[in-house]
Amino acid sequence: MKISDDVAPGLSALDRPNSYIGRSVPRPNLARLTQGRAQFVSDVALPRMAHVAFVRSPHAHARITALETAAANRAPGVIAVVTGAELAKVITPWVGVLTHLKGIKSAPQHAIAVERACWQGEAVCAVVARTRAEAEDGCALVEVTYKELPAVTEAETALDPTTPVIHPALGDNLTFERMHTAGDPDKGFAEAAAVVEAIFVFGRHTGVTNEPRAIVADWNPGEQRLTVYHGTQAPHMMQNLFAKHLGLDEHQVRVVTKDVGGSFGIKVHTYADEMAVVALSKLLRRPVKFVADRIESFVTDIHARDHRVKAKIGVTNDGTITAFEIDDLTGIGPYSVYPRTSGIEANQIVNLTGGPYTCPNYRARARVVFQNKNVMCQYRAVGHPIATAVTEGLVELAAARLGIDPLELRRRNLIPDDGYPCSGPSGIKFEQLSHHECLAHLDAMMNYAGLRAEQARLRERGIHRGIGFASFIEVTNPSAAFYGVGGARITSQDGATVRLDATGAVICHTGVTEQGQGAEAVVAQCVATAFGVPIERVRVITGDTDNTPYGGGTWASRAAGIGGEAAWQAGKALRQNVLAVAGSILQAAPAALDIRNGVVVDADSGRERIGLDEVARIAYFRPDTLPPGFQAELMATRHYVPRAWPFAFTNGIQASYVEVDVESGFVTLIKHWCVEDCGTVINPQLVDEQIRGGVVQGIGAALLEHCLYDEHGQLLNGNMADYLVPMAAEMPDIEVGHVVSPTADSELGAKGAGEAGTAGAPGAVMNAVNDALRGLGAPAITAMPLTPERILRALGRV
Amino acid sequence: MSGRFHAVEIIVNGEAVRERVDARQSIVDFLRDHLGLTGSHVGCEHGVCGACTLRVDGVIVRGCLMLAVQCDGAQVETIEGVSDTGEIADLQAAFEKRNALQCGFCTPGMLLAAQELLRRGGVPSREAIRTHLSGNYCRCTGYQAIVDAVEAVAQARAEGRQ
Repeated sequence: MKISDDVAPGLSALDRPNSYIGRSVPRPNLARLTQGRAQFVSDVALPRMAHVAFVRSPHAHARITALETAAANRAPGVIAVVTGAELAKVITPWVGVLTHLKGIKSAPQHAIAVERACWQGEAVCAVVARTRAEAEDGCALVEVTYKELPAVTEAETALDPTTPVIHPALGDNLTFERMHTAGDPDKGFAEAAAVVEAIFVFGRHTGVTNEPRAIVADWNPGEQRLTVYHGTQAPHMMQNLFAKHLGLDEHQVRVVTKDVGGSFGIKVHTYADEMAVVALSKLLRRPVKFVADRIESFVTDIHARDHRVKAKIGVTNDGTITAFEIDDLTGIGPYSVYPRTSGIEANQIVNLTGGPYTCPNYRARARVVFQNKNVMCQYRAVGHPIATAVTEGLVELAAARLGIDPLELRRRNLIPDDGYPCSGPSGIKFEQLSHHECLAHLDAMMNYAGLRAEQARLRERGIHRGIGFASFIEVTNPSAAFYGVGGARITSQDGATVRLDATGAVICHTGVTEQGQGAEAVVAQCVATAFGVPIERVRVITGDTDNTPYGGGTWASRAAGIGGEAAWQAGKALRQNVLAVAGSILQAAPAALDIRNGVVVDADSGRERIGLDEVARIAYFRPDTLPPGFQAELMATRHYVPRAWPFAFTNGIQASYVEVDVESGFVTLIKHWCVEDCGTVINPQLVDEQIRGGVVQGIGAALLEHCLYDEHGQLLNGNMADYLVPMAAEMPDIEVGHVVSPTADSELGAKGAGEAGTAGAPGAVMNAVNDALRGLGAPAITAMPLTPERILRALGRV
Repeated sequence: MSGRFHAVEIIVNGEAVRERVDARQSIVDFLRDHLGLTGSHVGCEHGVCGACTLRVDGVIVRGCLMLAVQCDGAQVETIEGVSDTGEIADLQAAFEKRNALQCGFCTPGMLLAAQELLRRGGVPSREAIRTHLSGNYCRCTGYQAIVDAVEAVAQARAEGRQ
């Protein structure tokens, strides 16, 4: 592999000199990371900083009957031992519901359990000490007496009348239920020549961010201010929540987010132990640090994807899909997670299933139930991997039943590329998708016909290879329809402020955040292009509620499409302001001037007129030389929020090529392809790497990752040796292609790309494994992860 | 409790460090908490993820599985040290150019692991690179960009283009 230098593609309407849109500009923040000179929250150390460790419930459900803390209080280095009841005087509990998820309910959750622990791993006591090691020593000396309560662990029986109700005040264990019917599904199934049914089971898994959750809270009583160094994806959301539950005004809280060691949706939620940390800092009037260790991470980082979906599809003999039906059941732990709720994943599954296809007949039910396991909430590609695997699993099972090629069946049913705008069967609205063009691109890119021939040749030699596909849609650029309308103070708009510094460089403050996706690079590209300077002259500042425009942060693939557009607009505004100053200096009409490569030039001839450094020098140090009444404004702010569409849907298709060892059940991933359409591609390399990283997370879900619980609600594999994640040796190379359908909702036309890989990969891999096993008499495997054991059981070999 | 503490002398990135350390303290916690060398990261503390990879007497080790007292008299090198010597400047540049890191938390460990392979010389196959790096967990990239970057540096070094 030789890494080739980037070459700018042909000029588009967006292109001006210094255009970086569509170019693989390296991220400006990488050197500090490669040199070990980044600042992750786990690196933060403050004067007088104490460390907290938590005593955590070993039981899935238990009443705390006694808590003896005296010995811990006397331990070396221990500063304070704080119980849930004591901390409840400092921080109020919360309830994770939203009004637009009709009927969703949950119970008040405390920072530290008061009287009762509802899952294995819930904190029941905090020990604050000079060092983390001493805090852990103190935890070992806290004596907690528990009375075990019956644990509700199985979602399947959570609603049975004989099952105990976890929160009696709620009446039952049902968190949320949604029913949806579109068209006439009964008629659709009646018209079908074949109805294929399957039960799809998805293993509960988690994000395993390389840096565990980390927070340092610093309450300064002298300033009456709380500064929180927090590895989060949404600093302003957390500012609001810390203030609200500590009884502070928002302006008393500053959230600072520097480098974040992986997020993937794990770090966009309210965690009880993190709320405890800010409360402890306020209580103890000093900085308190908490970094989850890996064992804590497995039992407290949100889990996701624990769904069982009974599903069916109707097809006519010519392969026309006549109806889809799903019945989804998911267990989300004892609380709906605050503030985004744990109803969103099931809601997304209802929204997205069948979404790529023209079939109008659709019936869906989703039920979300409480259980005594760790909480579940939104993780990368929320609901998409499930909706896609169910839809695409059904499509390939139907294709096999009818004897139609799976790509051909898709061609006959995918929404035509000239059929937009239109709505999906759940009512979701599509501006412009490109399923057919993506499919054609994939077909050629992977040499599908050649692979089928190779598969057949190898099959004769007893080598079982399979090809699987997954067409998908992806929700990006969410408007207020996602959370705001439901009453959550999670902003969907974002802002950028750009300032010409005194040497002619540009400083940009943005409300989106950086967790590795490349938001800083994308924002810099947008500003440099819009304003007209080399990208090296743009410095981007993120992750500080005191110093950035109010914004939502980085999640739901919103940083480029929303934050990028705000930066683009701010860059254009500053350009106008600077040209006004230059025009004033040069006695020229601003419209006759332009900024190119950091120099003010004549727009027509390109002749250099004045450098930005000189404009800045005059405006800042010799404003007395400017005409009377003229005020230079060398700072501009613009905001952006999608308005025309609730979400900017993207689409694409993935293919997986695998080999299954029918003796061992092991799956070898030979190659993976993804063609996707995220609208305007601002930075091709970053988009491709988002896709690749996302695909590998999806492969983890398909083959490896599973939080295994026993019937008592005990997590059996909560460590990195027993919980399997994708490692370098077993992952394939991934080829990525693009189709570009920009959204007209913004000038840049960029949609998101962060979740497409994870959305499609599990379904594609599942279909590939089943394709490899076809003809061997094995029933289709529709339970993930597709472990060697499950494969051998399907083959009847164990 | 004082019996728990031991005087050690460790050469860290070429500088002699004399400290008393708790017998139970890992070398990575010692480097991070006592010396402020926070480039070595703590990801799992049970030897699986590789984020704490360091070099002790020229060999990469898991900083979470080795105690500081075991390093008495040893030469310890961290990402900060090998960055300053320029030993892996080409590898770092390739990682940056190829976007072989996203959040960057695994990167210091990944670079030191890759450099061990590259120091053996030659141009390893992509499979050999993947196998060598299979003890270093990256959640962001999917590994392909990392393999590309390591392969590009191996080729460049083999051709004398470093």
